[in-house]
Amino acid sequence: MPKLNMVQAINLALKEEMQKDKNVVLLGEDVGKDGGVFRVSEGLLDAFGHERVIDTPLAESGIVGAAIGLALYGLKPVAEIQFMGFIYPAIDQIFSHASRIRARSRGRFTCPLVVRAPYGAGIKAPELHSESSEALFCHMSGIKVVVPSSPYNAKGLLISSIRDPDPVIFLESTKLYRSIKEDVPEGEYIIPLGKARVVREGKAVTLLAWGSMLHRTLQAIEDIDAEVIDLMTLKPFDEETILKSAKKTGRVVIVHEAPKTCGFGAELSATIAEDAMLHLKSPIMRVTGYDVVLPLPKLEDYYIPTSARIKKAIEEVMKY
Amino acid sequence: MPEKIIESCNVKRLEILDEGGNADESLMPPLSDEQIKKMYELLVLSRAFDQRALNLQREGRLGTYASILGQEASQIGSAFALEKSDWIFPSFREMGVYITMGYPLHMLFQYWSGDERGVKCPEGLNIFPVCVPVGTQLPHAAGAAMGVKYRGDKKAVACYFGDGGTSEGDFHEGMNFAGVFKLPVVFICQNNHWAISVPREKQTASKTLAQKAFAYGFEGIQVDGNDVFAVYKAVKEALEKAKKDSGPTFIECFTYRMSDHTTADDAARYRLKEEIDNWKPKDPILRLKLFMEKKGLWNKQYQTDVENKAKEAVDEAVKMEEAIEHPEPKDMFTFTYAKLTQRQMRQMKEL
Repeated sequence: MPKLNMVQAINLALKEEMQKDKNVVLLGEDVGKDGGVFRVSEGLLDAFGHERVIDTPLAESGIVGAAIGLALYGLKPVAEIQFMGFIYPAIDQIFSHASRIRARSRGRFTCPLVVRAPYGAGIKAPELHSESSEALFCHMSGIKVVVPSSPYNAKGLLISSIRDPDPVIFLESTKLYRSIKEDVPEGEYIIPLGKARVVREGKAVTLLAWGSMLHRTLQAIEDIDAEVIDLMTLKPFDEETILKSAKKTGRVVIVHEAPKTCGFGAELSATIAEDAMLHLKSPIMRVTGYDVVLPLPKLEDYYIPTSARIKKAIEEVMKY
Repeated sequence: MPEKIIESCNVKRLEILDEGGNADESLMPPLSDEQIKKMYELLVLSRAFDQRALNLQREGRLGTYASILGQEASQIGSAFALEKSDWIFPSFREMGVYITMGYPLHMLFQYWSGDERGVKCPEGLNIFPVCVPVGTQLPHAAGAAMGVKYRGDKKAVACYFGDGGTSEGDFHEGMNFAGVFKLPVVFICQNNHWAISVPREKQTASKTLAQKAFAYGFEGIQVDGNDVFAVYKAVKEALEKAKKDSGPTFIECFTYRMSDHTTADDAARYRLKEEIDNWKPKDPILRLKLFMEKKGLWNKQYQTDVENKAKEAVDEAVKMEEAIEHPEPKDMFTFTYAKLTQRQMRQMKEL
């Protein structure tokens, strides 16, 4: 079985889905000849031609808006936004249209669209190249939000996202793109959306994370009997797995890269407080990015939650 | 080295039928008497629908409504050129387009009464639900046209918006995609001169809206938007061009919003009555009537018959709409996703 990094795994998922289904088309800035700025679509133009791997004008709203039109027409577009920080011009299209078309047309028109975007800090990139704004999208009904944490999961989740009948925001950690290699089988396998993954079982504390923060969280565990859950899908998230674990351990630490206020951790924390409060032994803790404008590379490492901060939070909840 | 002109554009304006009902025969599109009568009947029906919608709103039987008064020729003329298999992306002031395409009248009332089921487009038509965010439908039209082109279908896409819409960023992005990919789409801009209270000259310093198309690499034309023949001809030719894979067209229908922006607006706050009075003789229905009278296609009896038929259709639609059962509260959950989420299932029980 080939060992692939996340870029290669996503490339493989795209290639296999395009081979399988002629309705799958890619569009975005530099996705064709250049193979994408992270090379995620490398080789796909040669394999599938300009009709299916479309270099578009530099226009995020236009890319997502046109992808919506393609989806309405019955195709399965996979749009790439070059960096998550550039997705904001397309938010109107995602919020005002992609998320609502099924409801507005009472199911007559649907929007099976995937918007892929690299997200997150940690690669010393320029301004607005390091955002993790997942919570913005989780708030909006009608869309799904998926964040893979490894090459294997990225492939299985992307296949599910492409086949999903509703719009999916698929966020790929730039930090993880080339830092992990693992066995990624060729051919079809699916990781269902809406299901979390218990990465490691434990009884003392539940650690919730996704994307790149999963790895930081795993690094922070020393001799604690922690249960670690990789959410994988944030919207809709797997309440059952999370609540089961929270009830079992009675202690929860949530780790995410985005700022704390109204971050997705707030939703998880509120859900646990609503449904598992009487099982808790300690307050729920969040380890997150700070409520600041994400700094340029020189201060980036001070912004991203460190293993030390995660460790401290675990120690804190273990005091109870 | 001397400076030289490397590009220039000429903007055409097409007028066929004047205010007195005289048509320029050399420009007349091939339309049979029956087709002309059909156009007239659709104009009258659309106005009857519009007037009834305004009345129903005043009586509290309909929600906020955007009148099409004055713009009927732009809508009926353009939609008359479309096939049922073409794809249509409207804004929110295109009831005449829906009506011309054969969209059930009672469903239009249903939508404006606040029931989304009214914009569940019947099978056999491809008209999109009313698009509220201004100009955001242009990229969809471009995208759908990319789909048409990819599949090699013999269809075209029509996209409707107004003068205000041309100021939006998505106007640029949609037009640009259409030009770059040479898409089978026709952009139909109803320049009704007012975006709520902001007049046309404050939307853009361009002399015409039509000329904007040239910057995107395709043709833009202005037509008299109160002249149903001119609108029809321009759109028909643009659709034929689109279906021959010869690219997009932008058509500026030069018309006027005779009514308030919506029933929630009072245009007397920002525009002069004289301006409206100046447009009254340009009425699209009046001039077609005069034309038909000269051709022997119109008489008083015909007018009575057409009006009665329109009234009956509208009466029937209102009756049908008011007999529709109130939507089930659960209905709001049903179409958020293809399948309900666990959380939605629990929330539904709270109803």
